[in-house]
Amino acid sequence: MAQASEQSPAVAGPNTSLEVEGVTVSFGGLTALDNVSFRASDGEVVGVIGPNGAGKTTLFNVICGFVRPAAGRISWRGRELRHQRPHQLAHLGITRTLQGVGLIAGLSALENVMVGAQPLARTGSASALLGLPSSAKEERRLRASALEALARLGVAAYAGEHPSSLPYPIQKKIALARALVSGPALTLMDEPASGLSSSDIAELGELLRGLRSEMGVLIVEHNMDLVMATCDRIVVLDFGRVIATGTPAEVRANPVVTEAYLGAPVEAEASDA
Amino acid sequence: MSLIEHRLPGAKSLERLRSQPLVWHLLLGVLAAAVLYLLTSSVSFYDNTIIAEIAWYAIAIAGLSVLTGGSGQISLGHGAFMAVGAYGAGLMMEHFRLPLVVPILVGIAAAALLGTVVGLPATRLRGPYLAGVTLALALAVQDLPTKFSSLFNGDSGIIVNQATPPGGVNPQRWLAWISLLAAILTMVVLANFMKSRFGRALKAVRDDDIAAQAAGLNPNRMRVLAFAVSAAAAGLAGGLEALWGGIVSPNSFSLFLSIQLLAGMVIGGAGTLIGAWWGALALVYVPQWTNSITSHLSSASTVTANLQNAVFGVLIIVIMMAAPSGIQGWLRAGYRRLRRRPSSLASALSPPLDLSSTSTPPERTSP
Repeated sequence: MAQASEQSPAVAGPNTSLEVEGVTVSFGGLTALDNVSFRASDGEVVGVIGPNGAGKTTLFNVICGFVRPAAGRISWRGRELRHQRPHQLAHLGITRTLQGVGLIAGLSALENVMVGAQPLARTGSASALLGLPSSAKEERRLRASALEALARLGVAAYAGEHPSSLPYPIQKKIALARALVSGPALTLMDEPASGLSSSDIAELGELLRGLRSEMGVLIVEHNMDLVMATCDRIVVLDFGRVIATGTPAEVRANPVVTEAYLGAPVEAEASDA
Repeated sequence: MSLIEHRLPGAKSLERLRSQPLVWHLLLGVLAAAVLYLLTSSVSFYDNTIIAEIAWYAIAIAGLSVLTGGSGQISLGHGAFMAVGAYGAGLMMEHFRLPLVVPILVGIAAAALLGTVVGLPATRLRGPYLAGVTLALALAVQDLPTKFSSLFNGDSGIIVNQATPPGGVNPQRWLAWISLLAAILTMVVLANFMKSRFGRALKAVRDDDIAAQAAGLNPNRMRVLAFAVSAAAAGLAGGLEALWGGIVSPNSFSLFLSIQLLAGMVIGGAGTLIGAWWGALALVYVPQWTNSITSHLSSASTVTANLQNAVFGVLIIVIMMAAPSGIQGWLRAGYRRLRRRPSSLASALSPPLDLSSTSTPPERTSP
C-alpha cells in the first residue's frame, strides 16, 4: 500500500489501475447507483454508456470524489480511495475533463493548461513571492509542457487567446490538453464528444486510441459512434445498475442493451408479466 | 498568437529579462527607487510626510487587491490587519531597542497569522457572508486595546518613537524613504506572486471552483494563502502607519479605514498593483481638495466634514460609472485602443473604403 502511494504518476503499475466495487449512491429515495462494479486497466479505453438518467455522471462524480458513495469502494492501484478530495486525484496521476469545457475564463488558453501542469511543480510559495530563479525556471518548464500539450492537440496557435473568444471545439481541445499535460496514468472524460461535429469526433477517437500507449482512459459518453469505434471495453448502465460489460461487438449484440436503449419488444414484456 | 509573432531583436532580450521575475522586478524597483529618491529630495518636508502616507496606503491597497482581484474574496476588515501590524511593531519598539526592520517584520508576521486564521472560515463563506465576518473582525479588533488597556494603553495608545535617521537626514525625508522602499519591495513581491503559479491558481479558484479542483488545485488552500499574503501586506502598512503617525491608537484603525481601503482599491482598479497607487493618491489628495473647497463654502466644521464625505462618495459613483474596472483598468483599455488603431495590420491592409469606419473596432480574424 505504501509502495503504491509512492509510485510516480507516470509509471505504469500492475495491469488493473482503477477498481470500482459495489458502489451504491442514493439521493433521497432515488438510487442513482446500485452496486456498480467494474475495473479499468492501464492502456485501455473504457467507455461507460447508458440511457439518460442511468447514473453515468453520478458514477463519474463518485470516482472524482465530488459525491461520496453510501456503500462500496474505489481503489486506485490496490489502494482504497476513501477520503480523496477532488483536487488530490491529479497528484495520484488521475486527471479529468468536465462536462462542457470547464476552462477558466480569466486565464489564457496557455495559462489554463499551465494550471493543469501544477502537479509537476515543486517549488513553494516562498520562492514564488521572492521570484527566485528556481521559481522562474519552473515557470518556464510548466510553460514548455503546456505548449507541448497544446501543440499535440493542434491548438498551440491559440495559446495566448482567452477561452471565451474561441470556437467550442477548440475550447474542448484546450480542456483536453489541460487533462493530459501532467502525464497522468488515467484520464477521466465526461462526455468528450458533446457539442462536436462528426469529423471532430472522428479526430477525437483517433487521439484517444493513440493515448493507450501512455495511459488508461475512461470516458462517460452518449455518442455511440465514438464509444463503439474507440473503446476496448464498454460498461453499460441502466437505472443505476451495470447491465452489460464487454467489447463493443459483445455489447452491440447483447439483447439486454438493445432493450435498455430501445425498450422491450411487446411480446417480451407480455411474457415477463 | 504572441508565440508566433515576429519580434524585434531588442524585444527578444527584453522578453528574456522579463521571464526572470527576480531580475526584472528588481530592475524596475531600482528604477522606481531612483526616481523616488529624486522626488523626495526635491519636495518640502511636509510633502515627504504625504509621500510616506501614500506609500503605506498603497501597500495596504495592493494587499487587498491581491485578495479581492486575485482570489475574488472581499474583506471589510483590512484595517484590523493593519492594526495588528501597527500594535505588533509598536509594542516591539516600545519595549526593545532593535533595528527598525525587526519590529516591522514582527508586525507583518502577526498580521499574516491573523490573516491565516481569518482565511480558514473564508474557505466556507462567500460574498456577503465573508464580508460580514471580516466586518466583525474590524469591529472586534478595534475594541481590543480598550479591553486590554494595561498592554495596549487603551484609547491613548502607544507612543512610537520616530525613526532616527542616520547622519543629518531630515526625519520626514527618512520616513518617506523607508515607506517608499517598503512599498517598492511589496510591489515586487506581490508582482512575483501574481505572476507565479500561485497567482494563476488564485484566478482559477476565483473564476471556477469546480474546474480548479478538476485541474488539481486545492481551492481552500489557495483562499487561505491569499488571505495570509494580503494580511501580511496590511501588517506592513500598519507598521509604517505607526511610524508615520508617531502613535498607535484604536482611533487610527476604525472601520472607516477598512472602508477607505476598499474604496481606494475600487477607484484604482481591483487586481492591479499600479491601481493601488491611484487608489492611495485618491485617498490622500481627494480629502485635501474637498476640504479646501468645502471650507470656502461653509465655516461650520460639521458641514465641512460631511460635505467632504459626500464629495468622496460622489467621486466613487462617478468613477464606477465611467470606469467600472477602476482608473488603471480605464487607462489600460485606452492604451489598448490607442495601440490597436493606427498600427493594426488589419486596418493597414484593408481597402481604403474600410478606413472610413475607424471608430468601429477591427473584425476578429481567426488565426
